[in-house]
Amino acid sequence: MKSLTVGLAQIYPKLGDVRANCELHMQFVERAATHAPRVDVLIFPELSLTGYTLQDLVREVAMRPTAEHPAFAAMLDASRRLDLVVGFAEVDERGRFFTSAAYLSQGKVVHLHRKVYLPTYALFDEGRYFDLGESVRAFDTRFGRFGILICEDFWHASPPYLAWLDGADVLILTSSSPGRGLGYPGKLASSRFVETVNQAYAALFGSYVVHVNRCGFEDGLNFWGGSTVFNPDGDLIAQAPYFDEALVVTQVHLDQIRRTRTRLPLLRDERPEVTLRELQRILSERSG
Amino acid sequence: MRAMMNLDDKLRIDPELVHTVLKHFLRDEIRKVGFEKAVIGVSGGVDSAVACTLVAHAIGAHNVLALRLPYKTSSPDSLEHAQRVIDALGVPSETIDITPMVDPLFEHLPVMDDIRKGNVMARQRMIVWYDRSAAIKGLVVGTSNKTELLLGYGTLFGDMAAAVNPIGDLYKTQVRQLAKHLGVPQPIIDKPPSADLWAGQTDEGEMGLTYAEVDRLLTLLVDERYTPAEAIEAGFEAKFVERVWRMVRVNHFKRRGPIIAKLSSRTIGVDFNYLRDWGY
Repeated sequence: MKSLTVGLAQIYPKLGDVRANCELHMQFVERAATHAPRVDVLIFPELSLTGYTLQDLVREVAMRPTAEHPAFAAMLDASRRLDLVVGFAEVDERGRFFTSAAYLSQGKVVHLHRKVYLPTYALFDEGRYFDLGESVRAFDTRFGRFGILICEDFWHASPPYLAWLDGADVLILTSSSPGRGLGYPGKLASSRFVETVNQAYAALFGSYVVHVNRCGFEDGLNFWGGSTVFNPDGDLIAQAPYFDEALVVTQVHLDQIRRTRTRLPLLRDERPEVTLRELQRILSERSG
Repeated sequence: MRAMMNLDDKLRIDPELVHTVLKHFLRDEIRKVGFEKAVIGVSGGVDSAVACTLVAHAIGAHNVLALRLPYKTSSPDSLEHAQRVIDALGVPSETIDITPMVDPLFEHLPVMDDIRKGNVMARQRMIVWYDRSAAIKGLVVGTSNKTELLLGYGTLFGDMAAAVNPIGDLYKTQVRQLAKHLGVPQPIIDKPPSADLWAGQTDEGEMGLTYAEVDRLLTLLVDERYTPAEAIEAGFEAKFVERVWRMVRVNHFKRRGPIIAKLSSRTIGVDFNYLRDWGY
């Protein structure tokens, strides 16, 4: 049976302290690498190496995703033990900043995703500090074809759809989601919404949807944790606790994707050319 | 009023969930800045009873110093209710009469009205909190609720002063729900809220409104982003809406730091942007 063991590293990063966060990552790497069963892919949340509400700290903590940066070098080195998804503030060669997540394996960067949608409303101010990512791509790993999206990217329906059509069978979603909304019993409104959406993606795409959220506080914002894995049938198969740090390990059975899609051939029957044609019409009408 | 049932739903909280978040919040924000202890003024009212319970649950009752700071005209009931909270939680406490601290000022400026006297008392209590804070290395925990903060029903640099505030995003009616869940003694939940700055003072009497009603309106205006005109359309009396929204607006200064005149290219409070957590 084709399966892999996924680790959800639901951590509490320290705001602006890359060195402390690097150590925290290494602790989770050690736990995941010595876990039984051994973790194949360990996933950290959005901006896991830097903290979330960086504001003017962005330029101080932003890094190039290369071995020249000591923290990134440590991550690359750790990726020889197990594959990693890490989050960080990225600076490019021209001094532009991005909210990025990298898939690392065997000491190399396999894929880099730059957050496409930057929330700049209500409690969010990301557009003030970061530039927009411009692409959504699935990518091949030694376990299968994955996609990575960051937080607001998957509040929009199009990036998960694109990753699916580009071949992603496992959708990796990372976030630093602040908890809010008291209207429902048992969980925060924000948790309820994210869980509903992720379950829907899993069911609509017949894919695994792995969501890793952070926990802890930044100036009164509570990051609610509650990381989840939904299987291709839309069933919840693993969930980390709300509000606390945790390493949650679960098996992802890639064969289940084929079985689900045989029963429900939504991918086979999807007609992206209709989508494209209609999108072109909508865009041309809008510009006209 | 069409919207009313719905608004009661909007104000309903899951108290266990809120309890969990606020325990985590207090533990985190107190320890993050290098403190183990907390200082809190316990007035005998429901807000400070809830805040004191939360902080005792968060960091352990033995790490909390509860302060009863009566003035000679303070109601004996307030003092007794504060003691019930202290006893029920088993938190260490001190009772310090502020009369000999504030009376000399009142004697020096004899025409002082009740509002000014009340402000002096509130600020004197703040002085004691912050002294005890420095003495025992305990963070000052605030007890202003969202209703009071929005309406400006508090003394700037007095009862509004604190390092952290667990209940500042809960309306009074929500604080009461949490109080019930936390087992705060029923008489404290049921009695009319009062700043107890003079005999017979009640919040609702002084402001000329009820918390039940104003909380429904505020949740519409603030949380649901209705305009005042839309709130009137939803069934609230126009005069009431206008008065409440004016209170929110004219008291906004109490919720902000002092305005700094911008001169340089980078100014504190304008474009020097770091979280407070950055410092730790």
